[in-house]
Amino acid sequence: MQSSSTSSTDSGLRDETRLRIVRRQRIQDFLFHKVTLSFSLVVLVALIGILISLAMVAWPAFKKFGIDFIWTVQWDIVNEDFGAAIAIFGTVASATIAVLIAVPLSFGIALFLTETCPTWLRRPLGTAIELLAAVPSIIYGMFGLFVFAPLFAEYGQPALQSTLGQMPIIAPLFGGAMNGIGILAAGLILAFMILPFIAAVMRDVFEIVPPILRESAYGVGCTTWEVVRHIVLPYAQQGVIGGIMLGLGRALGETMAVTFVIGNSQRISASLFSPGSSIASTLANEFGEAADLHLSTLFALGLLLFLITFVVLALAKILIIRTERGKGLQT
Amino acid sequence: MNSKLYQKRLWTNRIGISLSMIAMVMGVSVLLWILFVLFKNGFAAIDLNMFTKSTPAPGSEGGGLANAIVGSLMLVGIATMISTPIGILAGVYLAEFGTRSRIAELTRFMTDIMLSAPSIVLGLFVYAIIVAQVKHFSGWAGTVALALIAIPVVLRTTENMLRLVPGSLREAAYALGAPQWKVATMVTLRAAKSGVVTGVLLALARISGETAPLLFTALNNQFFSMDMSKPMSNLPVVIFQFAMSPYDNWIRLAWGGALLITLTVLVLNILARVFFREKISH
Amino acid sequence: MAETQDLQLKTAIQIRRLNFFYGKFQGLKDINLDIAERKVTAFIGPSGCGKSTLLRTLNRMYSLYPGQRAEGEINFYGQNILDPKQDLNLLRARIGMVFQKPTPFPMSIYDNIAFGVRLYENLSKGEMDERVEWALTKTALWNEAKDKLNQSGLALSGGQQQRLCIARSVAVKPSVILLDEPTSALDPISTAKIEELVHELKSDYTVAIVTHNMQQAARVSDFTAYMYLGEMVEFGQTDQLFIKPKKKETEDYITGRFG
Repeated sequence: MQSSSTSSTDSGLRDETRLRIVRRQRIQDFLFHKVTLSFSLVVLVALIGILISLAMVAWPAFKKFGIDFIWTVQWDIVNEDFGAAIAIFGTVASATIAVLIAVPLSFGIALFLTETCPTWLRRPLGTAIELLAAVPSIIYGMFGLFVFAPLFAEYGQPALQSTLGQMPIIAPLFGGAMNGIGILAAGLILAFMILPFIAAVMRDVFEIVPPILRESAYGVGCTTWEVVRHIVLPYAQQGVIGGIMLGLGRALGETMAVTFVIGNSQRISASLFSPGSSIASTLANEFGEAADLHLSTLFALGLLLFLITFVVLALAKILIIRTERGKGLQT
Repeated sequence: MNSKLYQKRLWTNRIGISLSMIAMVMGVSVLLWILFVLFKNGFAAIDLNMFTKSTPAPGSEGGGLANAIVGSLMLVGIATMISTPIGILAGVYLAEFGTRSRIAELTRFMTDIMLSAPSIVLGLFVYAIIVAQVKHFSGWAGTVALALIAIPVVLRTTENMLRLVPGSLREAAYALGAPQWKVATMVTLRAAKSGVVTGVLLALARISGETAPLLFTALNNQFFSMDMSKPMSNLPVVIFQFAMSPYDNWIRLAWGGALLITLTVLVLNILARVFFREKISH
Repeated sequence: MAETQDLQLKTAIQIRRLNFFYGKFQGLKDINLDIAERKVTAFIGPSGCGKSTLLRTLNRMYSLYPGQRAEGEINFYGQNILDPKQDLNLLRARIGMVFQKPTPFPMSIYDNIAFGVRLYENLSKGEMDERVEWALTKTALWNEAKDKLNQSGLALSGGQQQRLCIARSVAVKPSVILLDEPTSALDPISTAKIEELVHELKSDYTVAIVTHNMQQAARVSDFTAYMYLGEMVEFGQTDQLFIKPKKKETEDYITGRFG
């Protein structure tokens, strides 16, 4: 080797002071790495902690009622006989109604914001939608209780009963007393709540579509509708579904917007007008007075809620990641 | 050209566009309606007493929200102080070290789920690990619950903002022989400063309006208290209890409180946007 | 390689049998090269030829990215840079680098310079002031910047920012400075100033510069290497390589028939 000919005029790499500094830096880097790593694990630890702690407190309830707990229609606090079916039904029903109503509306909003909205209006409207997505859910609950429910009882429910309530098969859904609160009202309020959120996610996903695709479609003479139908939607499909499921996840786990208007009654009825309860509303209402087996049952409900939303949110996230990866490949 | 087909396509387009505009108008008007109701009832309720008097006992006249406002400020303030350093450093890990590791991938995924996970379940969790152990509700328990909600927000925003910092800036710092921790804290984090502030503000906004987790942790306190180890009054829980009550003055105070937290949340969100725009201009 | 030794020059960096991989893709193929001390060595070639890759092996910048690896030997005054045990921070403090786009740190002009110095030296306030002035003077930025040392480095113009970045590298007193297309984002006047600066730097430093601009290579360098598809096609004294290239491919490239 010729290293002998390249005699050292640069001793920088062997300088003792510098080597000392470098050793110190290595220790600092090591500590920094470990500290940041441990902080980043906080979320993971919390998640596992939630599963374990909830399962531990809920254990007596699961032991007593067994797996039947999930589909038992029973909520008797006095005799301590509990089943989760009523609350699960209320949770799923209200969230489903919310998604059914919010999705077409937010699709329209996202489409308007990305395709037809004049440029000067795009930003203020988009910002307004995003700001509305941040309004605390308790506001939606209060609005539902004080403003929406009375109006819904006076105009909305009679109108529904005289139209959809007259149709075969679905008629029972719109029967019964009309006092403005109940599963349907909760679903509607939830729809208002997740509307700006889903719209904002959908808009973001639509914007991922490369302009070049859009332009070439317009270039061959497609109408705006056709571009959205045949270019934007197929491209953003998984992201759109992901956004919807994120909204669903929020609706399933929402407490305040629901508790005010769902009626908080522990029964299942055919009519969507009748009051019911969701997992979250049951927790919010009964936790204060609960003890022993009742408390344990509430934790069991909480664990079920967490598992349901976890699955929904995880699927949503996977779909959104896939869309974004697709974008990464294309650009 | 087949003009009949063309006409059909045009009409489909018109109908589609009209429907989307109708959706936009409907959606925005419902949301504006909600805000209008809130502002009308809220402003009618706001007066000096609201800030000077504590929450009234059942059936008594007048009263204010002073204890709840102070309680909320303390709970949210301390939760922010806890969650900010944890969230930022965790975000640094994911952005600077976590490109290769599986555990970082997993953390990122779980954090995204926690962002939308039901906050009421976090309340149950903190109840189980703190309240049930010490046998009483406390401000500290509420703070922990709020911090757990805030950390994922700060973490993900910080990570995303650090990823926006151009790789060349990072390389330039390494090229001077800087160790990783100095590159991360003195160069990239500083470059992403306004973005990180955005994340903290968004987290603040998020926990300012959270009600559900506080029901099982801080609970409420009818009296003025700044003792974090005791149950603590806070706006969201007071609003919840008062709005469901039969007393007119309670309902009025609930609207006033609702307006206060909404304004706080909106102002924080707007501030966050301003900071984010600064970030982009660089 | 022979030329360097003929001229009785000292070698700062010896590259032997260097191969470089981006995952499975081979970015450099069997590179052998001597970089002479206190001379300017230029790397030219069409985009993707590996000239930047080669530069980035010299301060192990590629080590930041998983999946990139180098094989062979790069001898820097008797130490193998590619040795896995080589401390990268120390190495990079000895072999500075300036990038294509100006990269001022988000801090004041003064701190931009002091940042690197503070890493390995413990200077008093007065000594640091002197060092900052020295570095800025060396890069002809002192007169323009002396009244705004406390302003953000981002407040400078593009050309000034790039000179600030060079000053930042110079301030830590490295022995080699790597310039990766330092003028490609700059206007002609700023470019001329940087080129002038490169001329002056070589009295104290070994300089390696990557450029897509052949005239620039001809103007500033003592030695030039022409690279193509990851291979070293020709290396020699700049005058000879541009006037009388030995290889047909080199001639085609420098006469503009290709690339």
